[in-house]
Amino acid sequence: MSSTASPRLRRTARLLGAASAGLGVAMLRDPVGVARTAGVDDSDTVLSVLPLVGARELAHALPLLAGRPGWAWTRVAGDVMDLAVMGAALADRRGERYRRLRTATIAVAGLAAVDLGTALRSRRARRTGPAADLPLTGPLTSPIEVSASTTVNKPPAEVYGYWRDFSRLPTFMAHVRQVATLEGGRRSHWVAEAPGRRTVEWDAEVVEDEPGRLISWRSTAGADVPNTGSVEFTPAPGDRGTEVRVRLAYAQPGGRLGKAVAKLFGEAPDQQVRDDLTRFKQVLETGQVVRSEGTPEGPFAKRLLTQRPAAPHA
Amino acid sequence: MRATQWMGKYRVEVNEVPDPQILNDRDAIVQVSSTAICGSDLHLFDGFIPTMRRGDILGHEFMGEVVEVGRGVGNLRVGDRVVVPFPIACGNCSACRRGFFSVCENSNPNAGIAEKFMGHSPCGIFGYSHMMGGIPGGQAEYVRVPFADVGPLKVDSDHTDEQLLFLTDVFPTGYLGAEHCEIRPGDVIAVWGMGAVGQFAVASAKMLGAERIIAIDRFDYRLAKAREAGATDVLDYEEVDVTEALKEMTAGRGPDGCIDAVGMEAHHPTTAVHAYDRAKQATMSETERPHALREAITSVANGGTVSIIGVYGGLMDKFPIGSLMNRSITVRTGQTPVQKYIRPLYERIRNGDIDPSFVVSHTMPLTKAPKAYRMFRDKKDGANKIVLKP
Repeated sequence: MSSTASPRLRRTARLLGAASAGLGVAMLRDPVGVARTAGVDDSDTVLSVLPLVGARELAHALPLLAGRPGWAWTRVAGDVMDLAVMGAALADRRGERYRRLRTATIAVAGLAAVDLGTALRSRRARRTGPAADLPLTGPLTSPIEVSASTTVNKPPAEVYGYWRDFSRLPTFMAHVRQVATLEGGRRSHWVAEAPGRRTVEWDAEVVEDEPGRLISWRSTAGADVPNTGSVEFTPAPGDRGTEVRVRLAYAQPGGRLGKAVAKLFGEAPDQQVRDDLTRFKQVLETGQVVRSEGTPEGPFAKRLLTQRPAAPHA
Repeated sequence: MRATQWMGKYRVEVNEVPDPQILNDRDAIVQVSSTAICGSDLHLFDGFIPTMRRGDILGHEFMGEVVEVGRGVGNLRVGDRVVVPFPIACGNCSACRRGFFSVCENSNPNAGIAEKFMGHSPCGIFGYSHMMGGIPGGQAEYVRVPFADVGPLKVDSDHTDEQLLFLTDVFPTGYLGAEHCEIRPGDVIAVWGMGAVGQFAVASAKMLGAERIIAIDRFDYRLAKAREAGATDVLDYEEVDVTEALKEMTAGRGPDGCIDAVGMEAHHPTTAVHAYDRAKQATMSETERPHALREAITSVANGGTVSIIGVYGGLMDKFPIGSLMNRSITVRTGQTPVQKYIRPLYERIRNGDIDPSFVVSHTMPLTKAPKAYRMFRDKKDGANKIVLKP
């Protein structure tokens, strides 16, 4: 999967991660001290809950430190909870405790603003690249972008030529059942398998077509699963054949949850594309998809988890 | 047909299974006339290679007669007598084109599993786990041979099966081990592990002109075979400190080439050292017991070559990288690209340079495979190399 977050956004995410980690460690190691600083050291409930809040902070600290801004959403949720509790607590604090709690609340509100900004920008970041102009068909769909590459030991013209005849794509694309070409190959009709033994269909049109170099396409209006994709062919250095780079984007039914569920069953979209490219390489180089008794379909991620024994089957 | 199936750790059975069928156009079906148990099959038997499944047919050393060919196989005909290399290779990818048949980019349909373990995938191998393709092996009456237009060597001489069978693996593998050492006049070569591969490494070092060849093992019958193969000296590692003995034999230089023909299940005479690696292996915190390899590295001469042909599966501990780096040692290794060596080595047999049948100690019917595995594992009755007849 390609990450689309900008370096700056990733840096902010890391800062937030560091803040989370610092707060989390402080709350776990010295809850009394933290409560005193925030002016709420008079509440037994706060003292017993603070280590849990600390654990929560550590939980999202890790992915944020890894530079994944999307996790700022879990910080936003935490902020909302904290601010609600702190607001309620402000009402019955007086004197020094009131001043401390007010300062703490203002600090949390400030951090919350950064969290919200980061989280929102992470969402926008996902809407760039080939997925940016996908029409999303419902609230439960979200754009999935996948990319994969392989090197095929054949010249670019031949590799391009095989792919350009879309009717041959089902030979190596495991989930595509049929592609019918129309208007001399400029338009095509696709039938593909979807999770849950359903099929989905769409029409696609070629957007760019540079022989021996590039093909890109997108689905037209009314597609079951709106999608767009490109495949680039570049000569591999030193006569090593052709580097093939595929990028696909589609509106995943079921959104990110659907993707997560699919992954559980070995159907992660990025793995599907990699498998397809493995078979593409096999077909071009050896003339066939390579099958074994353990893997009768040829390279296929789902089969890796449920191998048949390496013995002939009746 | 009858076939030898892996049924779990320490369990091998000969069972009735369906006959193989052509799955790809470039397949052939071979009726097996002779097959052998390889030392590396014992790693499967002992449960050290991941991704085995109950029911997998074992065996990657086999030869026989072609009984069916797919539409894409133009060079073989029904009735041809063939010797089949253990690695499966397409002959078309850039690895195959460069002669690296054992890292063929297309022959392992389960490359995805191997990539998880190793980063990139090697070729498919007969009867050697699902990580290597889930491809049934040849310890059976019949076997499907993928890319039959590339691998199998058609033989027309009247040599016996026992003279030709070891072209499938152990002879080329031993030869590769010796070739890695780029032997020059005066070179001393030490070989750890006197299984059939080690014995062929000794024989090959002799063919390639080594001055002195030192064989290392702990079983007398294997050391005796090594002498038969051409070893000038033998060392029993339970009797002597190998590194010290090698230093003395070479007046302090160390051997110019050290060949590890042992691999992942080495033994160490010091109980504590053996127990350390055995325990780490049992808890899966390393897959190897690499005593021979460590010793080969620390023993080799400055600027020398360590050639690894024993099989390793994953990760090892306490790798003497400091000795390797500071002393300008070259490491060469790989599963043997048998397709590259099978024809020249067949010529060696025809010329009379070598008669590989010297390694055979037992010939048994295929139905006795479970007993043969135990005998071979336990080094019983001088079990040096066991040939099975379906």
